[in-house]
Amino acid sequence: MHKVLIVDDSKLARMVMASAFRRIRPDWTLVETTNADEALAAVAGGAVDLALIDFNMPGIDGLELVASIRKTHPNMPVAVVSANVQNEIIGRARELNAGFIPKPLTDEGLAAFLSGAALRLKKSAT
Amino acid sequence: MTEDAGKLTEIEQDALAEIANMGVSRAASSLRLMVGEEVLLSVPSVKIVTRAVASKLVERENAKKLVAVQQTFEGPFAGKALLIFPEAQSLELVRSIVGDQHTLEDVIDLEQEALAETGNIILNGCLATIANVLNRTMRMSLPSIVRGDGAALFEVQGPASGEQFVLFLYIDFNIKTRDVHGFIALLMDLPSIAALKTIVNDFIDAIEKQPLGHVG
Repeated sequence: MHKVLIVDDSKLARMVMASAFRRIRPDWTLVETTNADEALAAVAGGAVDLALIDFNMPGIDGLELVASIRKTHPNMPVAVVSANVQNEIIGRARELNAGFIPKPLTDEGLAAFLSGAALRLKKSAT
Repeated sequence: MTEDAGKLTEIEQDALAEIANMGVSRAASSLRLMVGEEVLLSVPSVKIVTRAVASKLVERENAKKLVAVQQTFEGPFAGKALLIFPEAQSLELVRSIVGDQHTLEDVIDLEQEALAETGNIILNGCLATIANVLNRTMRMSLPSIVRGDGAALFEVQGPASGEQFVLFLYIDFNIKTRDVHGFIALLMDLPSIAALKTIVNDFIDAIEKQPLGHVG
């Protein structure tokens, strides 16, 4: 149904994410990218409905990437995914109108965000 | 050591970095609660190197006098976890934890105990996350404090010689508004590298197969 952008420099982390999607939302399409530049290109291409973004990546980090995406897509459902559960990280995600999903990833943590995202996408479509 | 045992495949390297990153990120979050300041982390580094090389990697710039809180861990794989920083910054770290209202004398009195407790929380947080992700149990020793250069910390002169290869995982951290930066490092020797490779590969296989429930 929806097209999901996954941004994570770790292949393992992308595999874990894809595995969770197979259980929770098997019909959604995943676009995997490994860094901010690839992610921005995918977003600019216009075929992405929502994004799940790792925080700790070489080069541009996940929060900087969310800030870039927000310039062109103020309402796209976006979540930062990280084991770094410090208040500052979660707080900055909130300021950027992004969700926060803790790692290690659980199906529940991901499902809660995706349900909210699906609702928002439905609302903005009508 | 044989050539094969000393090599990690690309996905093993990736998996170890990601799992270590989760462990250290969780541990940094505990440290953040203790110091009340954001803790910044680098991206993780995973290397198979000799103890001698590892010991040089933690001696940054001129900071050869280091202090480390170390804990050994045992389980399906065994090794040593260390929280390392320049000795000159040890009191600043303690001060950031106990609060600025304490006198220098108080801070010096508290140093040993505060370092051991901080190390215990951070290293346990890190290893517990790694153990949970891999679905294994690990036992941790009590923390001990070591002072000296990198060679002293990694027992380059000890029974395990400097030429011995180890799996060395490390991440830099620094406390945003304080002059405190250091490393969280994990060190494992050859039998443990082999055991860890098996566990990591089982974990990777499980991601592909697991029909229900949680994955790391």
